[in-house]
Amino acid sequence: MQELDIAGQGSVRVTRKSDNVVIIEKDLATEQMVLAMGPQHPSTHGVLKLECLTDGEVITEAVPYLGYLHRCFEKHCENVDYPGIVPYTDRMDYLAGMNSEMAFAIAVEKLLDVEIPRRVEFIRVIVSELNRIASHLVAIGTYGIDLGAFTPFLFCFRDREHILSLLEWASGARMLYNYIWIGGIANDVPADFNKRVMEFVHYFRPFATELFKLLTENEIFVKRTKGIGIMPADVAINYGWSGPMLRGSGVKWDLRRNDPYSIYPELDFDVPVPDGKFSDIGDCLSRHLVRALEMEESLRIIEQCIDKMPGSEGFNPRAGVPKRVRPKAGEVYGRAENPRGELGFYIQSDGKSTKPLRCKARSSCFVNLSAMKDLSKGQLIPDLVAIIGSIDIVLGEVDR
Amino acid sequence: MEEGKVVSQSVAASASAYAIIREKFGEAVSAFDANDTMPFFEVLDTSLWQEIALCMRDHAKLKFNYMACLSGVDYPAEEKLGIVCNIESLGVFNHKIAVKVKCSREGGSIPTVSCVWHTANWHEREAYDMYGMHFAGHPDLKRILCPEDWEGYPLRKDYKVQESYHGIKVPY
Repeated sequence: MQELDIAGQGSVRVTRKSDNVVIIEKDLATEQMVLAMGPQHPSTHGVLKLECLTDGEVITEAVPYLGYLHRCFEKHCENVDYPGIVPYTDRMDYLAGMNSEMAFAIAVEKLLDVEIPRRVEFIRVIVSELNRIASHLVAIGTYGIDLGAFTPFLFCFRDREHILSLLEWASGARMLYNYIWIGGIANDVPADFNKRVMEFVHYFRPFATELFKLLTENEIFVKRTKGIGIMPADVAINYGWSGPMLRGSGVKWDLRRNDPYSIYPELDFDVPVPDGKFSDIGDCLSRHLVRALEMEESLRIIEQCIDKMPGSEGFNPRAGVPKRVRPKAGEVYGRAENPRGELGFYIQSDGKSTKPLRCKARSSCFVNLSAMKDLSKGQLIPDLVAIIGSIDIVLGEVDR
Repeated sequence: MEEGKVVSQSVAASASAYAIIREKFGEAVSAFDANDTMPFFEVLDTSLWQEIALCMRDHAKLKFNYMACLSGVDYPAEEKLGIVCNIESLGVFNHKIAVKVKCSREGGSIPTVSCVWHTANWHEREAYDMYGMHFAGHPDLKRILCPEDWEGYPLRKDYKVQESYHGIKVPY
């Protein structure tokens, strides 16, 4: 090896491999660069800013900056009465409004002595499972776009439209429903609703297989996601992860099973967890896989609900809705399994007022996103996009 | 009736978890409030909060490995601020409990537990952002949802919104 020192270029090493191959190595000085990704960036799914400290293509640290969509949810809650909060919860996770409403209704109902009619429970579960499928379709579709697959997105949105039409038919709105009220629902479902939902279930079931061929088993997609952003189970729990993120790390934890609410204990469904054959446990592909498999389980739940649902004779959807919601004094932490994980509401009531003293929303994506620093360390910039996509954030819920 | 049974079972589980903490820390923790919506106890000696948290996480019979939620709270009547933590044992024992920690309203400080549960990191930042209590030992204590130069702490009961922010009229 021959070492030359050329002024201004640092040290240069010249190695002669053979007669016509010479390797020249230069010690170039590298320096860390700050790369701001967002607030307006297509892969951040909203207004999230990631300040990445990069060393070449490798990220040494990515710090998320939030709050661009902060709409003072908790401050508003202290100034409106309980039923008035329900529309605000829609606007938190706007892709899964029904699920958010359900979580809030469950939390308040723990402090109230109301009896929920059985048919209401079934309708609640049907609409929130439909909404779960719609939300997963967006998650999967946009994840495909993040990684350069445009076609699955169109397929997903085509079928999501079907669900949104059904929910619009039931509630009158496409995304921001105000349908699940405290103690009941706004109104009964239309006469042929169950029939149409079953039509959708039969229509949609083959799509789950189609999606596997189209995206999940796609070679390029697998190469981009397998082994990327691995999160071990114990760290995931310590970070407070929940939902598909936690199950992607191999922890079989679903609030519908482990802290059951509504009529879920009566229903038969599986909690899909990756087995490590197709994906590495805890990587981006596992998280995607959990979402893809969960849609099938939601279909099963919907089918059973429609089978078991009591008829509408003498049914009053507002029978349990109190004229004035005034919960007993006390505190409650109520939660439900949202498409993105555990959505919880901590509510403090003084027993006199119709407004909560304190209402805190425990947002699932807020908590899931907080692991970003750990997840992104040492990853390549294109892989960062795969990781953010796999967290499936909705900034409306992160910033509240 | 079935429902009532399940609730009382879970309260009994958190009561027995509390008994272990009480035995270890004695007077540093308050009596157990066994209501059925959110059973809780309060940490009276705030300086021991981190130690209690660590014991809750690592004790062989407790294993509270999952912090579901940490909410800041204002208690204007007591002249105090506080936090409420909903903690549970995920996948090990399935018991859960809530813990309250309070500090004084002006210049109050609570030891951080972000080193015990990573979840607490951002939640403590949020509590600081909204209520202004200090979390001693927090690695990155700054505002998270509001802009960094925002004045006041919005969720305090006596909060008055600032007149203008960078030349923009705030109240409308």
